[in-house]
Amino acid sequence: MPGMVSLTLAGFLTLGIMSFVYKDNPIYKFCESIFIGVSAGYYFVLIFYQSLLPQLTDKIGLTGALTDSALAYYRQSGSLASVQWFNLIAAVLGMMMLMRLLPKIGWISRWPLAFVIGSIAGLKLIGELQTNIMTQIQKSILPLWAPQYVDGSLSLAASIGQSLTNIVLVGGILTGVIYFFFSKEHKGVFGGAARVGIWFLMVTFGAAFGLTVMSRMSLLIARIDFLLRDWLHLLG
Amino acid sequence: MKEFFQKLLKIDRRWIFLITGVAIVIPFFFFIGLPIKATREVRALYDAVEALKPGDVVFYAPEYDPATIPEVQPMAHAFLRQVFRKNVRVVATGLFQLGVALAEQDLTLMAKEMGKKYGEDYVFLGYKPYPEQVILNMGEDFRKSFPTDYYGNDVNALPMMRGLKNYSDTKMIVSMTAVSGADYWIRSAHGRYNIPLALGVTAVMATDYYTYYQSGQLFALMGGLKGAAEYEQMVGIKGKAAKATLRMDIQSFAHLAIIILVILGNLAYFATREKK
Repeated sequence: MPGMVSLTLAGFLTLGIMSFVYKDNPIYKFCESIFIGVSAGYYFVLIFYQSLLPQLTDKIGLTGALTDSALAYYRQSGSLASVQWFNLIAAVLGMMMLMRLLPKIGWISRWPLAFVIGSIAGLKLIGELQTNIMTQIQKSILPLWAPQYVDGSLSLAASIGQSLTNIVLVGGILTGVIYFFFSKEHKGVFGGAARVGIWFLMVTFGAAFGLTVMSRMSLLIARIDFLLRDWLHLLG
Repeated sequence: MKEFFQKLLKIDRRWIFLITGVAIVIPFFFFIGLPIKATREVRALYDAVEALKPGDVVFYAPEYDPATIPEVQPMAHAFLRQVFRKNVRVVATGLFQLGVALAEQDLTLMAKEMGKKYGEDYVFLGYKPYPEQVILNMGEDFRKSFPTDYYGNDVNALPMMRGLKNYSDTKMIVSMTAVSGADYWIRSAHGRYNIPLALGVTAVMATDYYTYYQSGQLFALMGGLKGAAEYEQMVGIKGKAAKATLRMDIQSFAHLAIIILVILGNLAYFATREKK
């Protein structure tokens, strides 16, 4: 029975959201509000139980398994354990970030923000350079004639195929970059290359759009599958 | 004819929605089973798993939320069925906050179906905030970020984790993801530790990650429902369990309807432009 109620509720909420394709209406607004409210609540609970409790208050010793051992350590040594100090610093930085909510002392939030930006930038700089710049450039330097060997002998068809692939790839990169080079007027050969670059960009956008349509269709199909199969039992 | 095209260009968009809806609903009742051919990038993952020996370990990183279940979950299920069938062991994390429960649910469900035991055949380490730092830490030692697993067990007490220190003790990393976490795995797991990496992503993400497949930073790439259906076919999943395969039939009809509408739209545009 509870399963039936939740299925029916989910079915009506799905139809309520779908009703927007006809036109904006109060039922859609109602379902949208429920969705936003439930999502926000769910996210808050997740952050509270998956991040705040285990990563902060548990480690400081305010809650969780560490409480007893933290108290024992404090009674013995008269000071906090190193793990607690580190997490206390993090807690203070977190509190400073919240100062943004108070306009008069909002400037305090810049300090933890500077810490976050600095540490993340340092952490990502090398990885980004290596992954998205060096490796990508290295793998884009390809021979325009790429002989392919099958069982030790040259395969002309495979060689032509691979060479065309390489030409398209290298040509696409060069003309695409030329299109975004604005220090020289797009005229003559340079302008022609830029126009070819636009075509490559259009193909890329087309592929991205096609896959986006496919992605959204998949979600719609799953919802209709739910309505027909799980809710209305119209399918076997 | 031109009048017809002029009317077509002014058609109420709700007719388009209706046509698309009909093109989706009708195929639900008539399953045809259109052929699905495995592409090279999807087959690469299947072949890599097939080449593993029983007892080998793969690192699995499911990172998707309920909104992307239709696309990513069929990939995840097919992949887990294959690795468990091969008696390959799985160590997993769930580094996307909204998807931790789903990751755990999938692992448990597939392990139960394939008769696998927790701690011996698979381990779920769970979630930690700041995924990129966690990924970097695990490259040195899983225990640095996860001294305990998702259920609070001491990782050292789990039989499977004995002798398993970091990524280099696993054969590959496979992430089924619907979020930008994929970038972290490319940058910080493959880039830093040079571990073979494969991704399963939503279709909308696929174009971004083909670049990495082309450059060899990914050894395999599954994109959207199509990729999932290809994988299901290779793994040999049949019947209702083959959700992606069933839905690809419907998807193909929806695409056909959209292609026809795009062609009609273009015809109408060019026909009416001539008149101007």
